[in-house]
Amino acid sequence: MRNIFLLLFFMLLVFVFNQTSAQLMVDMDSPPSNSEMNQHCFDCHGKQVYSYENEFSGMLERKVMNPNYVLDTGAFYKGVHRHFACIDCHSMDYEVFPHQSELRFEMMYSCIDCHGGDETYAQYNFDQIEAEFFQSVHSNRHDESFNCWMCHDPHAYKAMTHGNFKISEIVKAHNQTCVDCHNDPAQFQRITDSVRPDLAQVHNFIPKYDLHLKSVRCIECHTSQQDTMWVAHNILEKDFAMKKCVECHSSNTMLMASLYKYQNIEARQTGFLNAVILNESYVIGANRNFYFNIISIVLFGLAIIGIAVHVFFRIKNR
Amino acid sequence: MSKRIYLYPIWLRLWHAINALMFLVLLATGLSMQYSNPDWPLIRFDLAVRFHNIAGIIVSFNYLIFLLGNLSTSNGSFYKMNWKTLISDLIKQMNYYLFGVFKKQATPFPVNEERKFNPLQKFTYVITMYGMMPVIIITGLALLFPELIIERVFQSSGIFLTALLHTVIGFMLSMFLVIHVYFSTMGSSPTSNFKSMVNGYHEPH
Repeated sequence: MRNIFLLLFFMLLVFVFNQTSAQLMVDMDSPPSNSEMNQHCFDCHGKQVYSYENEFSGMLERKVMNPNYVLDTGAFYKGVHRHFACIDCHSMDYEVFPHQSELRFEMMYSCIDCHGGDETYAQYNFDQIEAEFFQSVHSNRHDESFNCWMCHDPHAYKAMTHGNFKISEIVKAHNQTCVDCHNDPAQFQRITDSVRPDLAQVHNFIPKYDLHLKSVRCIECHTSQQDTMWVAHNILEKDFAMKKCVECHSSNTMLMASLYKYQNIEARQTGFLNAVILNESYVIGANRNFYFNIISIVLFGLAIIGIAVHVFFRIKNR
Repeated sequence: MSKRIYLYPIWLRLWHAINALMFLVLLATGLSMQYSNPDWPLIRFDLAVRFHNIAGIIVSFNYLIFLLGNLSTSNGSFYKMNWKTLISDLIKQMNYYLFGVFKKQATPFPVNEERKFNPLQKFTYVITMYGMMPVIIITGLALLFPELIIERVFQSSGIFLTALLHTVIGFMLSMFLVIHVYFSTMGSSPTSNFKSMVNGYHEPH
């Protein structure tokens, strides 16, 4: 018994340590470091309509901003890059208006350009994310133009799995990343000429597809889950996607190694297997109650024994 | 030998047969889902879900037939409880099952045209058919349309609470099934009640 307690204590320590390592490194509380400098950019790019004085006519011009260049300033300052100045990533030449046309062709940084090979960011597994990405269909099926920013917006990026977000919020945010392209004809056509399959139709073998989409992420089935990866990025060919219900719907549910590894120490001690899932959801086959199991086996056993004894005496007194 | 009594009309026998068959399907598929295991699949999970849903819908419609049948025929009168004498009647019947039956005593509540069930049968059937069946049907329908279930109930998932109730009642009904089948062997002969399910006639002791 003492060994069991020691083992439980050790597991708790490991769990707490893991949780600590999942904390966000960005200071989300203090005011953004470069908001004053950035305001110069957001004066135009934070609005749908911008104005400027025409040097030749001397008139005030009002123009509609290209929607692709409108940024949500609120979202920017809630994102992980909130302390950045625009010119940390973009050319200083953007400070001049009208912007030079060749600036459109400036090379964009990718995540790994700043975060790669840096021990400071080791907990985020950037190098492993890059390695997984290069194995994924997003890399194999497309040219180099398919980069991090196809899925992740650096101007509003939130590290959903490193904060105090609920599982349902993580699911919503992560799935939105997928459906933004896979459920949007225009976005889908940006990278392929093939016909966009209807998501509900290709997933019609899943009962209650909409409910599944609200409760679990696309990447649960569409990636190869590795214990060492925080968020899997190896998007598999569709033929290799998980299609077996029992992979999630069983006591050894893979959800505990993927989606529910982000849950903090709110796991309930109610005797339920994979109890942490019950904080927000219920997965048949994965959530079983230890005590109910014992009670049901005992009751069923007593009924069978009672019947056996009754049969015995019926035969004996025949 | 006493005269056979026609107690089980054709609609009731059909209802009972369908109920029994679907009950077995629900039990097997329900257990398979609850204890699903990739290494030892009793029934493949997706098939278990599909058959459980189909059997559940059939049992639900069948239950309506039971209710309508009991409202429109004399069969409903067999379920009317005599609350005043219930406890003493239950004790009498349990004494018979526990001791009397081994001493070849006569059953305290013999079956006749007016009394199809002994008090213990009636009590368990009323609890089962008018108590547990509506609960398992309603929770089952809710789980068939989980988007209709209240999302959060007292910090818990509404689906979880519904599923928990569904599973607990399902277990109790399974226990009922096992005991019910055993007691069916306690007719005039071990097989007489099973024959009654086919021909509709009760064989008195």
